[in-house]
Amino acid sequence: MNKIKKITSYELFLPIMCFILVLLINVIKTPTFFEVSIKNGVFYGYIIDVINRASELVILAVGMTLVVASSGGTDISVGAVMSVAAALCCYILAGGQQTINAYQNPYVLGILLALVVGVVCGCFNGFLVAKMKIQPMVATLILFTAGRGIAQLITKGQITYIRVENYKLLGANIPGIPLPTTIFVVVIVVLITNIVLKKTALGLYIQSVGINAKASRLVGLKSSRIIFLTYVFCGLCAGIAGLMASSRIYSADANNIGLNMELDAILAVALGGNSLSGGKFTLLGSVIGAYTIQALTTTLYAMSVSADQLPVYKAIVVVIIVSLQSKEFKKIVRGLKDKKADGRKEEQVA
Amino acid sequence: MEKKKLKLNGNTYLLFITVLLFIVMYIAGIIIFHGKGFGRFQVLLNLFISNAGLIVIAAGMTIVMITGGIDISVGSVVALVCMLLAWMMENKGMDAIPALMIVLVVGLIFGVVQGFLVAYLKIQPFIVTLAGMFFARGLTAIISQEMISIKNEVFLSWANAKIYLPFGGTVNKKGVMLYPYVYPSVIIALLILIIVFIMLKYTKFGRSIYAVGGNEQSALLMGLNVKTIKLKAYILNGFLCSIGGFLFCLNTSAGFVEQAKGFEMEAIASSVIGGTLLTGGVGNVIGSLFGVLIKGTIETFITFQGTLSSWWTKITIAALLAFFIILQSLFAKAKEKVNKVS
Repeated sequence: MNKIKKITSYELFLPIMCFILVLLINVIKTPTFFEVSIKNGVFYGYIIDVINRASELVILAVGMTLVVASSGGTDISVGAVMSVAAALCCYILAGGQQTINAYQNPYVLGILLALVVGVVCGCFNGFLVAKMKIQPMVATLILFTAGRGIAQLITKGQITYIRVENYKLLGANIPGIPLPTTIFVVVIVVLITNIVLKKTALGLYIQSVGINAKASRLVGLKSSRIIFLTYVFCGLCAGIAGLMASSRIYSADANNIGLNMELDAILAVALGGNSLSGGKFTLLGSVIGAYTIQALTTTLYAMSVSADQLPVYKAIVVVIIVSLQSKEFKKIVRGLKDKKADGRKEEQVA
Repeated sequence: MEKKKLKLNGNTYLLFITVLLFIVMYIAGIIIFHGKGFGRFQVLLNLFISNAGLIVIAAGMTIVMITGGIDISVGSVVALVCMLLAWMMENKGMDAIPALMIVLVVGLIFGVVQGFLVAYLKIQPFIVTLAGMFFARGLTAIISQEMISIKNEVFLSWANAKIYLPFGGTVNKKGVMLYPYVYPSVIIALLILIIVFIMLKYTKFGRSIYAVGGNEQSALLMGLNVKTIKLKAYILNGFLCSIGGFLFCLNTSAGFVEQAKGFEMEAIASSVIGGTLLTGGVGNVIGSLFGVLIKGTIETFITFQGTLSSWWTKITIAALLAFFIILQSLFAKAKEKVNKVS
C-alpha cells in the first residue's frame, strides 16, 4: 500500500500516466505507431510526427508554466502573439509584397524583429499584470482579441507567402540531418530554461512569488519584477513558436497561426500536474503534458474529428483536471471517505 | 464627511467619463461626417438595432463581474445559440417558439454548469469559462460546419417587424417624410436592461450580489449564502446570454461557426468602460449600455469612413479597454493612498 501511495504522490505521476494512456490507445488502434522508417535520409513515422508537431506547444507550455507559477493566472494571448510574430517576420522578409521568391531583407532581421515583437507583447502583458495589478486573464484578453487584428493589419488582410527554400528549414529538416529542426529548437529552449531556473535562484523566486507575492516582497524579492519577467519570457516563447508555425507553411496566415493554442498550452500546464493557482511547478511535467496533448490531437484527427470540433473534447478534459485539482473537490471526496469509514466503525461496534 | 464624498466620486467618476466620452464621440462624428447624414436620428437608433444582443449580454456580464467573476464564454454561446436556432428550424423543421425555448434552456444549462464549477468547486472563473468558450464553439462546429441561413417565416417576421416612432423623422430627396424605426429586438433589450437595473438596485438578491463582490468574507459573516448567490448570478448570466444570442440572431438570421468571435471582449469592454470594477462590488448596467453605445459609435465611424478595415473596431475596443483598466487601477491606487493617509 505504502509503495503505491509513494508512486501516486510523485509529482510527475499524473502527466506520465496520461501520456502512457494516450500512447497505449494509439498502439492498440495503430500497431505501427512506434515504427520509424527512413525515407530520403529523413525519419518518418507517427511518433516522429507527434514529436515534431508538438514543438510549438512545448515551447508555449514552457512560457505558460512560468506565468502560471509566478502569477497564478494564465496568458491567453499566446496564440495571437504567435500570429503577430509570424506576420511581422513575413512582412519584413517580403518587404511588403504578397508573394516573394527571394528575401527583400536579411533573414536574420526578420527573425530578430519577430522575437522582439513577441517580447514587446510580453512586456505589455507584464506591465498590466505586474505594475497595474490587473487580473492576468483580463490583461491578456486585450491582446487575445486585438492581436489577430494587428496581424491582419500587418499582412493587409492577405496571406503573405515566402517561397524561399531556407525559410522552410525551421519547420522542416535541415539537409543531412534526419530529425526535424523543431526538435532541436525545443531541446535548446527547454534546456536553457531549465538550467537558468535550476542553476540560479530564479526558479525558487518564481515559486515563492507565486505562493505568496506579498510575503516574498517583504523578504526582499522584487515580486512585480519577477512576474513581469515571466510574462516577457512567455511573449518570447510565443514569438519563437510563431516563427516555427510560419515556417511550416512558409507563409503568414494571420487567422490560423496559433489558433486555439492558448487552450492547449493551459491544458499542457494543468496536465503536467501544475496547480493553475500558482506556486510550485515542474517544467518537465508541462513538457510531458504538451506531448500528451499532441498525441491526443493526432489520435482524435485519426478518428476523423475535425479541427473545429477538437476544442470540445479538450475543454472537457480541462474541466475534469481542474476540478480534480480543486481543494473543494478534494474536501468533498474526503468527506465521503470519512463517512464511509465512520459507517464501518459503527458496524464493528455493533 | 469629506472622505465619504471622495469615495462616492471615485465610483461615479468612471461612469461620468464614459457618458461624456460617448457624447463627445457622437458630436465629433456629426461634425466629421456632416455631409453623410451622421446626425440623423436613425443613425442613433441603428446603434441600438445592431447592438441589441450585446446590450443584453453586457448586462449579464455586468452581473457576473459585480460578483467578482467573469465570463468569456459569451461569444461562443451566442454562436451556439444562433447555430442551434438555425439548425432546429431549417434542418429539423421545428417551429420558432419551441426552438427559442430550447435555446433558452441551453443558456441556462451553461449558466448552471459554469456557476457550479465557479461557486462550489472554487475554480477560477476564467479557466471555467475559457473551457466553456472552446466547448461551445466546438459544439457549434459539430452541429454544422457550414453556414445555415434562417428562412423560417415566423422567425423572419419577428426579425423584420419595423416599429416606427412618431417623431424625429427626416424628409428625403423625394419629399417623403421618413420616420425613424426600431426592431422589436431593441425594445426587448431595453426592457431587459430596465428589469436588470431594478433587480440590481432594489431587490434583496441584487444587493446581495454587490455584497458578495465587495467583500466575500464580510458577506459570508453577514449570513449571506455566498455560493448560492454566485451560482444564481451565473445562471442569470447564462439565461441573459441566450436571450442576447437570440436577439443577435434576429439581426443576422443565420448560424455559422465563426459567428460572434471576439464578442466576449466587446461585452467585457462595455462593462469595464461603463464603470464596472474588475475586482467586483461596483458596477451598473446603465454604464454598460453606454459602453455598448461607444463600441457601436466606433463601428459606425468605421463604416462611414469607408476605407478602414473592420479589424480596427477590435483594435480600438482593445485599446479603450486597456485605457479604462489602467484608469481603474490608478483610481484604486489613489483610493488606497487616501485611506492610508486618513
